[in-house]
Amino acid sequence: MSILINRNTLVMTQGITGKTGQFHTRMCRDYANGRNCYVAGVNPKKAGEDFEGIPIYATVKQAKEATGATVSVIYVPPPFAAAAIDEAVDAGLDLVVCITEGIPVRDMIRTRYRMQGKKTLLLGPNCPGVITPDELKIGIMPGHIHKKGRIGVISRSGTLTYEAVGQLTELGLGQSTAVGIGGDPVNGLKHIDLLKLFNDDPETDAVVMIGEIGGGDEETAAYWVKEHMKKPVVGFIAGVTAPPGKRMGHAGAVISGGKGTAQEKLAVMEASGIKVTRNPAEMGKLLKSVL
Amino acid sequence: MKIHEYQGKEIFRKYGMPTPRGIPAFSVDEAVKAAESLGGKVWVVKAQIHAGGRGKGGGVKVAESIDEVRQRAGEILGMQLVTHQTGPAGQKVRRLLIEEGADIDRELYVGMVVDRGTQRVALMASSEGGMDIEQVAAKTPEKIHRVFIDPVAGLTDAEAEAVSRRVGVPEASVPQARAVLQSLYRAFDETDASLAEINPLVVTSDGKLIALDAKLNFDSNALFRHPEIVAMRDLDEEDPAEIEASKFDLSYISLDGDIGCLVNGAGLAMATMDTIKLYGGAPANFLDVGGGATAEKVTEAFKIMLKNPGLKAILVNIFGGIMKCDTIAEGVVAASKAVALEMPLVVRMKGTNEDLGKKILADSGLPIITAANMAEAAEKVVAAAAGK
Repeated sequence: MSILINRNTLVMTQGITGKTGQFHTRMCRDYANGRNCYVAGVNPKKAGEDFEGIPIYATVKQAKEATGATVSVIYVPPPFAAAAIDEAVDAGLDLVVCITEGIPVRDMIRTRYRMQGKKTLLLGPNCPGVITPDELKIGIMPGHIHKKGRIGVISRSGTLTYEAVGQLTELGLGQSTAVGIGGDPVNGLKHIDLLKLFNDDPETDAVVMIGEIGGGDEETAAYWVKEHMKKPVVGFIAGVTAPPGKRMGHAGAVISGGKGTAQEKLAVMEASGIKVTRNPAEMGKLLKSVL
Repeated sequence: MKIHEYQGKEIFRKYGMPTPRGIPAFSVDEAVKAAESLGGKVWVVKAQIHAGGRGKGGGVKVAESIDEVRQRAGEILGMQLVTHQTGPAGQKVRRLLIEEGADIDRELYVGMVVDRGTQRVALMASSEGGMDIEQVAAKTPEKIHRVFIDPVAGLTDAEAEAVSRRVGVPEASVPQARAVLQSLYRAFDETDASLAEINPLVVTSDGKLIALDAKLNFDSNALFRHPEIVAMRDLDEEDPAEIEASKFDLSYISLDGDIGCLVNGAGLAMATMDTIKLYGGAPANFLDVGGGATAEKVTEAFKIMLKNPGLKAILVNIFGGIMKCDTIAEGVVAASKAVALEMPLVVRMKGTNEDLGKKILADSGLPIITAANMAEAAEKVVAAAAGK
């Protein structure tokens, strides 16, 4: 098992005809069972055409009805990406993975408001995506560094997720699912949501949780871990050296009003029974030590 | 993106919010002319820099004659204004705002930010205007009242009136306060602001409300649809290295240390800085070259880092995913040659085409120090920066 996606998930790509959408759809289709999973693309102007054999539909709803796809991945440019999420939510998909970076916060506030009470889950935006090794990759992560196994990985960052995955794989520890929740201030699934899923997944034994400065999601997740998590969790928070008031690359990575510091997050995580390291080179080793 | 107070007030006026009459000035003569054309007996000479805490730093002075306006403007223009937000070096004052004096009965605080927890815009209001709101939040959090605004309904009449009463707006002025709060939300929403503050929002002795200050920051992701706000950008207020980096789509932030870092990905870039600190060094910058770095981009990144005269060593940390290690290696070699690099360079590469990348570095003949992992890279670069 795994969380969110597996070898039987059917996926459509919104923004399949753009340069990024084409490149990553190709890479994802070449990974594990991708050839059978990527069944549709969406572009209202190119309906009826195909991308290397993947049929293109005018709308998400049509793509869903014609192929049975329940998950979409979005590479649509930032000015139109929130509307693309809205369309997928309205079509009743199970999961939307939004890779697009640079969506205005105001658009995301409205999109998240519309999603209240709907069943669709959103991963991202501004995220690397999700991968269940040897089964299915949805997103921009390099597939070959992953290895099938029993460790869950959750992170707000892209390359730092790869770093953690790389360390685990080198130690012979495979991953059940690795999830990048993205670096934006207003997003969908958070650390706590994925910890809940990993907690209930019989094939996940332990979780690496990677956070960064800004917001309070790591703290919220840590309090939940203390009360409910049955499996070991280890953590790292990036940005101990980040100055206050500066956005560190990610739109959401900013210490504002003295809140959202790495020190504060690390302290709450430790107090909640999460083993943390201040050395990102030791995330894998730390996880191994708690098994 | 940040703007000046006088620009913020221009936006406030467009939304019908009451502000003091005022005129920006770029020279002492302009300041005098501004005061003359405003008329009256009392003027306020206000330094325009992007940092807060200007009053405490000596950047805001009251003048009671035209001669005093001239004197104060002369003192403030060109001064190196140091506040708790500028850092010890301060920020040079290049612009002034000359305003009519206001008759203040009480000072309130009003602010808006995006609240990540509720995923809504939060209105914050307090009776403790004119003070540092972070201190109010720390010492007397019960004095800050919040409303999480429904993005469809907006800030309702009932919400705006209730919060006005809670912060002590006199009953007769409540309708005015409601209008100010609702206009502020409209301005925040329509301009894609990320932060709005009026500190203080004053109540005059005859019960009028006036926004005595204006602070607006904007969501840089939304600037594409606000050319009128981009036009307000003041490059003098920004770090030249950060401006240069943004031209090449590099995300760069200057820090105090002496070890330059070039990394792909924001999270890994922060983690790299943290590791340097952990091993006793100090990072000179945050630099994310992004997912699509080319040899040209890497060369520009090197040039920007090398403009820092205090730089003693450079650490390149790349986790190759979509970006291949050999591409980065070629970029690093080309950049080192192009800038005739003389300081120690430590490279750690992992991921796609790692071996190919390492071979390119080894074959280059350059004295590049390689490392197998982040910890080793940090250890080596800290030693190299210390001259060991």
